[in-house]
Amino acid sequence: MKRVGMSGALMLVLRRDLTLAVRRMSDVLTTLFFFVIVVSLFPLGVGPEMDTLREIAPGVIWVAALLASMLALERLFSGDYRDGSLEQLLLIPQPLSLLVLGKVLAHWLVSGAPLVLMAPLLGMLLGLSWDSLEVLLVTLLLGTPVMSLVGAVGAALTLGVRGRGVLLALLVLPLYIPVLIFGAGAVEASVSGLGAGAHVSLLGALLVLALCFAPLATAAALKISME
Amino acid sequence: MSINWFKYASPVSFYPLAGRLIPWFVVVTVVLLFIGLYLGFFVAPTDYQQGEAYRIMFVHVPAAWMSMFIYLVMAAYAGLGLIFNTRLSSMMATALAPTGAMFTFLALWTGALWGKPMWGAWWVWDARLTSELILLFLYLGFMSLQAAIDDPRRAARASALLALVGAVNVPIIYFSVKWWNTLHQGASISFDKAPSMATTMLVAMLIMAVAFWTYTIAVVLQRVRCEILERERHSDWVIALVQEKQA
Repeated sequence: MKRVGMSGALMLVLRRDLTLAVRRMSDVLTTLFFFVIVVSLFPLGVGPEMDTLREIAPGVIWVAALLASMLALERLFSGDYRDGSLEQLLLIPQPLSLLVLGKVLAHWLVSGAPLVLMAPLLGMLLGLSWDSLEVLLVTLLLGTPVMSLVGAVGAALTLGVRGRGVLLALLVLPLYIPVLIFGAGAVEASVSGLGAGAHVSLLGALLVLALCFAPLATAAALKISME
Repeated sequence: MSINWFKYASPVSFYPLAGRLIPWFVVVTVVLLFIGLYLGFFVAPTDYQQGEAYRIMFVHVPAAWMSMFIYLVMAAYAGLGLIFNTRLSSMMATALAPTGAMFTFLALWTGALWGKPMWGAWWVWDARLTSELILLFLYLGFMSLQAAIDDPRRAARASALLALVGAVNVPIIYFSVKWWNTLHQGASISFDKAPSMATTMLVAMLIMAVAFWTYTIAVVLQRVRCEILERERHSDWVIALVQEKQA
């Protein structure tokens, strides 16, 4: 049998989860459609004036991305939980937090990254300028992984709990607020002609913090849930 | 002589101790509340800018302090429970949450009552108000996660981890004042400069804060007693206790 190192284990989990996601493309697409539909509801609700839309665009896109990535979280561990492979994952000698990181990364690639790519298009519909679209892309690129990482803790804690969907929202959404503030704040700052540098730096700091600690917390949460 | 530090970490010995302590804390709370409210409402001078309306501060500020303190204490107990696997710590965390949520709500409520005459609005989306609201959400999340999981051991451990993760938010609340420069007045009590309020006001507010502390301790001890009985209901000593009461 071939021995697998730490990075090898990470890559294996990543490849496995990506394969599973590709075989079930509809899950990926539902999240993306949800994101598009929520954003396009706003002009219908608020009115078609371009000035108003441009003003609310950063917040609308960010809130929609937040909700979409939260909806996708439910699938992060539930499939593995149901078919028992999560228990096998817990028995692997490599650190669980590393495997969790692989799963979260795969989850972000299939649920977060499409949102990031779709966002500039939606931003254009809401009348954002090129510069602001660029900032939107960068902040979502930094912010959506934070949401996946932090959300994984909530997803792990609520495994197999009744009323899971709503509970997950209640646990995870308050923790998303700093990301929302800095993400939407950066785009707003660029819309109003101020530099977005400070906000983007803070988002980057949040990402580093989440990368360091969220996998550890998620691994602990999984162990609690699987006892 | 060696001291047994963990004597009262066991529910069996903590239960009667809590029962003996509660009346003392109740008496101290009532006395301090009376003194604090009297000083605050009748003795403290009228504010030259805010008139009489500022007097709600004597409830608002201590409640806001408590709401954040209790979260930290709760997270500390949760952490202890996770690390040492002591049953009592997680029970304390469970017992603290409703009181913390109550103080958070009280701070928001009195803040709205204070905001209306001062700012002309019940609510403004200021950093500190918003963080207090987020704190309320954190308390509610903690309590609902605990309520949703049937196995008490898993419920305690899962919510403990959630409390620790949420505790990251409490410093953000504190520093939010510096991060966003908004309507809310800066903190008037700090350790590096003289407080910018009359001494009687300060004394009244500190007395109220202590009263809220003793109130919290009394209520939490009572709640933790109920929690102990509920979780340990199959143990011999609880069964003996119940039979003794019934006899």
